Amino acid sequence: MPRIDDPRIDSELLERRDIDRLPPGLFEWRVAEVVSIASRRVGRGQQEPRVPSRWQDEIIVNEISQGASVLDLGCGDGELLERLENGRGVRGQGVEIDLDIVLKAVRRGVSVLHADLGEGLHWFPDHSFDYVVLEETLQTLQNPKVVLSELLRVGRRGIVSFPNFAYWRVIVDLVAHGRMPVTSRLPFPWYASENIHPLSLQDMLDWAEASGMRVVSGHSHADGAVRPLRPEDNLHAEEVLLVLERK
Amino acid sequence: MNWLEKQATISEESGTLKFDGANLSEGRRPRLLRLDVDREPFRLEMGGQLAELDVAFETFGTLSSKRNNAVLITHALAADSHVAGSHEPGERRGWWNEVVGPGKPIDTDRFFVICPNILGSCHGTTGPSSTNPLTGAPYGPRFPRITVGDWVTVHGRLLDALGIERLFAVAGGSLGGQQALELALRFPDRVSRVVVVAAAARLSAQGLAFNACGRTAIVNDPNFNGGDYYGKAHPTSGLSAARMMANITYLSEEGMRGTFGRRLRESQGAAARDALEAEFAVEEYVAEQGRRFAAEFDANSYLAISRAMDHYDAAVWGGGDLLKACERIEASVLLLSFDSDWLYPPKDCRELALALIRAGKRVHHANIPSAHGHDSFLLGSPMMNSFIHAFLDG
Repeated sequence: MPRIDDPRIDSELLERRDIDRLPPGLFEWRVAEVVSIASRRVGRGQQEPRVPSRWQDEIIVNEISQGASVLDLGCGDGELLERLENGRGVRGQGVEIDLDIVLKAVRRGVSVLHADLGEGLHWFPDHSFDYVVLEETLQTLQNPKVVLSELLRVGRRGIVSFPNFAYWRVIVDLVAHGRMPVTSRLPFPWYASENIHPLSLQDMLDWAEASGMRVVSGHSHADGAVRPLRPEDNLHAEEVLLVLERK
Repeated sequence: MNWLEKQATISEESGTLKFDGANLSEGRRPRLLRLDVDREPFRLEMGGQLAELDVAFETFGTLSSKRNNAVLITHALAADSHVAGSHEPGERRGWWNEVVGPGKPIDTDRFFVICPNILGSCHGTTGPSSTNPLTGAPYGPRFPRITVGDWVTVHGRLLDALGIERLFAVAGGSLGGQQALELALRFPDRVSRVVVVAAAARLSAQGLAFNACGRTAIVNDPNFNGGDYYGKAHPTSGLSAARMMANITYLSEEGMRGTFGRRLRESQGAAARDALEAEFAVEEYVAEQGRRFAAEFDANSYLAISRAMDHYDAAVWGGGDLLKACERIEASVLLLSFDSDWLYPPKDCRELALALIRAGKRVHHANIPSAHGHDSFLLGSPMMNSFIHAFLDG
């Protein structure tokens, strides 16, 4: 592994390529915060704005049409599906790997299949659901490519949400401390983190483009607020949610 | 167990029981109900018919005034109506005692639980060892072919007689799980919740092969005599061998290794003196299981029930298409499999779950870790209990 000061790394080239992508004025605008994060040595991850947990649910409930069928991959205890069933008359089906959490979903009365998404979605036929939801799960999958490529085979639309690893606090934290970032939304150190496939918003947009997918709509969680996606969100968004469909 | 003696007591008792359903409460002993087939014989799916039909069953808890708290428990191959508790001190506890009872997952303080013995069995309900009223002799090999569908039709007739139109739930494991599934297919409007444990829409080829071996052992027993052995020595060695083989399919490699390993049987340090003597602990165990079973079960019943087990395929309701069959179901379904079960393996259970999902049904499937193989459903798995409880509560 090359060290940071390794002469083989073309720092100039790196800088030029990355800075091209930055919205103008970002660092001037953020300079105070950058300095504050960089100077902090303890208590990392405690000063980010407070965020509503599961803000994605609200967006998803609004996105999904009345009476649709929804497959929720990594459905947890079925909270979202229960909301959708009660509020939207949706036919919901969850998939969850953790047996204790499957039990909670059964207690809620939410249909749930105890299965490992790592096996892919080959069990489900083409377009068997109106929506396939992958909420905060993608980056934890052993083989995200399999699940992603299946998303729009099984569903008419895919809803994907994930923490954006190009979020500026994450970048600054990594650069300033030289350690894997720990934030309120990424609370675990590298060895305990479930996030084995970190990705950025731009990574996802690139993948969607290359896979013949169109982003129907998007939302970001940035600075404690949820709002429609903006062009600069690769740096600004802490978490993003995208609605995808086939082109 | 001398079943014939017991049966006589039940018959007497049932004479005084009024099945008006109004004040049905806990049956201390198995009851016997003669279903009304006087005007028309009971017709079986595969063409046979019965001129008389008795059903042995036990009940637990109290039927509510709205009659909406009935839970039917369906038993596996060789079990009986004695699902929980014991009739008298010291008697063996019911086969699902961990699941059914006061405060248990199928709570008899809340539910009225009914467990009937299946048609063709030898534990009270009419079967090959029963007397054919038309000949005055046991049916023996002349007992008509039976199916899982016939069992469920009889369950329906029993519910009719008890005045129960709709079940809160039906629950069973193994062949009992298939009856639960079949009930949801056959009488979609008579059940709200279905619990299927350690079962699938059909038995695998491997399972069919094991059953064939068992039947071969029985019919080749010199005492079998074409199935006419009543009043003479029964084909117990053949039946015992069949059970020994079946018992292997009920356990898992891991479980057997953990419990017995290659240990020699106790009180035997050296190798067996001859080839016939049990040498290993596991050998002694399966032999004992076989012996015990052969002493209390009827060989003709075993043949009839194992045939029904082989024959069953839920997909029949969809003309061979399981997905289409599942479209009939109105109940929500809980499917539980055990990861070490290789008689009804988890993937076969998932196949059923996926068909139900694709048919748009409310279904849960959980695969529970257990070292005990197929038998896990009888061994009081706390996780299984939690799921059943959550499902009936949710």
